[in-house]
Amino acid sequence: MRKKTWWMTVCIAIYILFALSPSAYAMHIMEGFLPWRWALVWWLLFLPFFFVGIRHVSHLMKQKPEVKLLLALATAFTFVLSALKIPSVTGSSSHPTGTGFGALLFGPFIMTVIGTAVLLFQALLLAHGGLTTLGANAFSMAVVGPLVAYGLFVLCKKCGISLRISVFLAAMMTDLATYVMTSFQLALAFPDVTSGVWGAFLKFASIFAVTQVPLAITEGLITVVIWNFLHTYSKRELDVLEERGVFFK
Amino acid sequence: MSNRILVFIAALLIVLPLFIVKNTEFAGTDTLAEEMIQQTAPHYEPWFHVLFEPPGGEVETLLFSVQAALGAGVIGYIIGLYKGRKRNG
Repeated sequence: MRKKTWWMTVCIAIYILFALSPSAYAMHIMEGFLPWRWALVWWLLFLPFFFVGIRHVSHLMKQKPEVKLLLALATAFTFVLSALKIPSVTGSSSHPTGTGFGALLFGPFIMTVIGTAVLLFQALLLAHGGLTTLGANAFSMAVVGPLVAYGLFVLCKKCGISLRISVFLAAMMTDLATYVMTSFQLALAFPDVTSGVWGAFLKFASIFAVTQVPLAITEGLITVVIWNFLHTYSKRELDVLEERGVFFK
Repeated sequence: MSNRILVFIAALLIVLPLFIVKNTEFAGTDTLAEEMIQQTAPHYEPWFHVLFEPPGGEVETLLFSVQAALGAGVIGYIIGLYKGRKRNG
């Protein structure tokens, strides 16, 4: 019980800390807003991960068809979370990514495919993000995010941190890492005249990353909720995934 | 920690900003990042434009709602299925 109270206190403390931040907006990189050279660079960096992801998906479908529903669940989770624009303490709205959950279940590369599908949907139908910037947006949300989730989860496991807190941390940091990466991408393309790339990074991070902090905490909490459901009702599928060596309990 | 408490905290995190932060519309636009780019690189022209833009905020809201509703439906179906399966052995 004392542990729980401590955990909640930390969450609330971080929350209040960021409640003092200035107002800002946050989303994916808009269509046409990366110079074409940078757009190309990010597309080229993103594509190898995507192809590995496609191979992982088809491999998983053949080897373990019984986890299809779970894959649908991870996809649906990403769809829901990235459709929700949530108000943040910075006085603006942004949306969570939802990619951490799937990355913990299936490993990072399968989430590259799912995350890209969601981004494509939003770029084509919602004018949110874009086709030219899809490479960059997918690299941050569907490559870096899931990799962070997976890496952090494995690390937490090695350090003997309890399962639920590991899930929380991994999902939260996935969300944050996505927008830190977005800030970095914009800073590289639009370095500040006086303070250079680093100065521009700090400026963009103040827009994208800071707004994201409370949302990241929310995403972490919701991911633990759905994780609890799976743990209670779908032990069989989790065991199948664990056998494959992807999922670490 | 039970799911009820987790969902409660998550809801609190979403609702609290509405009361803490005043004088804002919680705009979710990409305007500020755009403005910052215009400041840093005043001559930058977006070189590609969106192929399809929802005609107006209402249609955009509809599409976002559809995205969320589809996802939520699938999640509910699958969790329900797993739950029923466990109950029936």
